[in-house]
Amino acid sequence: MAEHAAEHALDDHGGGHDDHHDVSFFHKYLWSTDHKMIAKQYMFTGMGMAVIGAFMAYVFRMQLAFPGSEVPGFGAVSPGTYNALVTNHGTIMIFWVAMPVLIAGFGNLLIPLMVGADDMVFPRLNRLSYQIFLVSAVVIIYSLFVQGGGFGGAWTAYPPLSAKAEYNLTPQGASLWVIAVGLEFVAFLMGGINFITTAMNSRAPGMKAFDVPIVIWFLVIASILFMASVGPLIAGAVMLLFDQNLGTGFFDPNQGGDPVLWQHLFWFFGHPEVYVVLLPAMGITADVMCVFARKKMFAQKIVIYTAIATGVLSFFVWAHHQFISGIDPRMANVFTVTTVLISIPIAEMCFVYIATLYGGSIRLTTPMLWALAFVAEFLIGGVTGIFLGASGTDIYFHDTYFVLAHFHYTFFPIAIIGTLAGITYWFPKMFGRMMDETLGKIHFWGTIIPFNMTFIPLFFLGAAGQHRRIYDYSNFPELAVPWMQNLRILATVSLIVMLVFQVVFLFNFIKSALSGPKASKNPWQATTLEWTTATAEPGHGNWPPDAMPNCYRGPYEYANPGREDDFWPQDEPPADTEEQA
Amino acid sequence: MALFLGAEAMLFAGLISAFQIVKNGVTGGLWPPPGQPRLPVLETAINTSALMASGVVLFLAWKAFKADGAMAAKGKLLATIVLGGFFVLFQGWEWVQLLGQGLTIRSSQMGGFFYLMVGTHALHAVGALYGLIVAYRRLLEGNLTREVFATVALFWYFVVGVWPVLYWQVYL
Ligand code: HEM
Ligand SMILES: [Cu+2]
Repeated sequence: MAEHAAEHALDDHGGGHDDHHDVSFFHKYLWSTDHKMIAKQYMFTGMGMAVIGAFMAYVFRMQLAFPGSEVPGFGAVSPGTYNALVTNHGTIMIFWVAMPVLIAGFGNLLIPLMVGADDMVFPRLNRLSYQIFLVSAVVIIYSLFVQGGGFGGAWTAYPPLSAKAEYNLTPQGASLWVIAVGLEFVAFLMGGINFITTAMNSRAPGMKAFDVPIVIWFLVIASILFMASVGPLIAGAVMLLFDQNLGTGFFDPNQGGDPVLWQHLFWFFGHPEVYVVLLPAMGITADVMCVFARKKMFAQKIVIYTAIATGVLSFFVWAHHQFISGIDPRMANVFTVTTVLISIPIAEMCFVYIATLYGGSIRLTTPMLWALAFVAEFLIGGVTGIFLGASGTDIYFHDTYFVLAHFHYTFFPIAIIGTLAGITYWFPKMFGRMMDETLGKIHFWGTIIPFNMTFIPLFFLGAAGQHRRIYDYSNFPELAVPWMQNLRILATVSLIVMLVFQVVFLFNFIKSALSGPKASKNPWQATTLEWTTATAEPGHGNWPPDAMPNCYRGPYEYANPGREDDFWPQDEPPADTEEQA
Repeated sequence: MALFLGAEAMLFAGLISAFQIVKNGVTGGLWPPPGQPRLPVLETAINTSALMASGVVLFLAWKAFKADGAMAAKGKLLATIVLGGFFVLFQGWEWVQLLGQGLTIRSSQMGGFFYLMVGTHALHAVGALYGLIVAYRRLLEGNLTREVFATVALFWYFVVGVWPVLYWQVYL
């Protein structure tokens, strides 16, 4: 195989072990072990699931704005359907959109390319990971159509509601929901093993720890967090399945079980999970900002240490989700303190990002706009979170739309804005072509403005006492007053406007991928290794085997005073000292 | 493998802490629950020794493998498999006994956690035993590599290492 690869070293794929040229469609697109293809599979699946999740949001927002009316494209929404839609919207958006796109998609795409490796360490494990993930996606969608309908016990699946069919009335939907989530975890465990090993063992010669770009650091830290936190939840999921199907009572107080136990197992995973998706998005933002501010990352090492510290701390905050679950008030105090503590490193990171921008020569490209928007919007999410982390205020805010607006101001920037920064930035690497900037900017403003108009009203509704997961507020006279109903309609209309603007993105994406202008090797004049492949869109193997990159310096050498170019690629050998003088 | 076992360790940690929470939350501190059979502490202690011994023998096999090549490890690897197999079968026999005495997964929290935790361990033991058998077959065929041996052995050590903790938590 090695000789064969060498023969092809100079072909237009620029690839290494590209030993099957007449591969069938099936082998190329569905059975590939190439990390870039697997990345695309994850991203496309995630984008498909995002369309489903967004459609669900459209349906239940319509129900809230115009209760009882037929929703165009769906029909009337019954209370059970409403619950199933909300539950599966949340589950899908987090486990089948944020996770696959941010961790699996960008992890697969970027880790080998940015550390200068030809593929993941375990390519077949990688392929298996995607296949299991795909099965899990099919199961969760299938679960919506079984007898009794999809699971409606919320994405947190609190027992006893989730544990007993006589309460939730969705015997099959509830079990399929647990199975789907479990399969998805198995898939990401496999992916995580690959990410961590590849970043540790396959780095280009000369690449020291701090020469690794921030986004790779963050992806690896996120993978470690995931692997360390998911075990207890898998245990909990098995117990829940047993409760549902074997008649055990682990979570059923009637049988001596403890429902709050599930909450501990769930949130012990659930809170680190927030950082599992947050860190990749912050990493993408950091890299995009450095490129388009033409500056070094401010305090690069400190940012990395901070992220590690945040990761560790994130294991000690979980009970802030349970302040009103009857936990010991002394424990609530402890978790208030840890929660307020963890906001310090995150705030610090936001300041560091702003400091990175300071004095830069900023280029307002589409990816840069998304990166800037990420910091701005995420700040709103972070600041409102402090009220919820303090147990006193949370007693009032718990389970209101204030919480809902808060976490959408964190998740939407992560899953949508951060992702779009990454997709628009690495698009040339994925498809060898450029996206249209004008359409990109139209889509940007068409998303950001309606996004804020959708969720800012929800803060006010929540502060006025509007509870989450309610099918129809007409039954609550004090919540059905006109000003509240008008805000609900405003939020729904803004959502529809935002969804319409996504068509611009899809059009731009597909058209650019098929017929956009060809990208040059390094269209953004960046320094990191993924832009040093022989062609813009490298084949399997990334670099020709005789031209694997070496690494000579850190990832953010922009505007170096001693140089003519304002960027200094990581793989460029240091010039002879005499020549420089 | 080490990464995977880290995640596995958290799985067991989750199970054990869940068990502790329920056990300590029992009203009146009645544990084991009244009317439920006692777990066979002594028999299981014998069985535990068999498992521990298999770990030691495997370590010797590994040393022989490194020092004197595959064939030197043959007998010891086989002994590991026999001891491990004994453990799993004995454990299965114990389950049959307990089921006969009325301890089922539904009969009480104790039953539920017993079968859940010991069952999870048993699944791991069977999986790791299968790995050992594969390694043994490869050894006979003369193509057992060091990496494969090390991976399989690590998994078995994990099974051996987790058991005393479970024994202490569940039985004692
Ligand atoms: C496309 C724009 C979105 C809109 C308009 C939207 C709207 C909503 C609304 C109104 C609810 C609560 C319904 C209720 O409680 O009755 C909800 C729940 C939720 N959403 Fe979204 N959402 C959007 C995107 C996202 C994204 C991107 C994520 C995460 C990555 C997400 C995660 C969740 C979660 C976890 C829940 C909680 C579900 C539950 O209560 O079990 N959403 N969403
Ligand atoms: Cu949290």
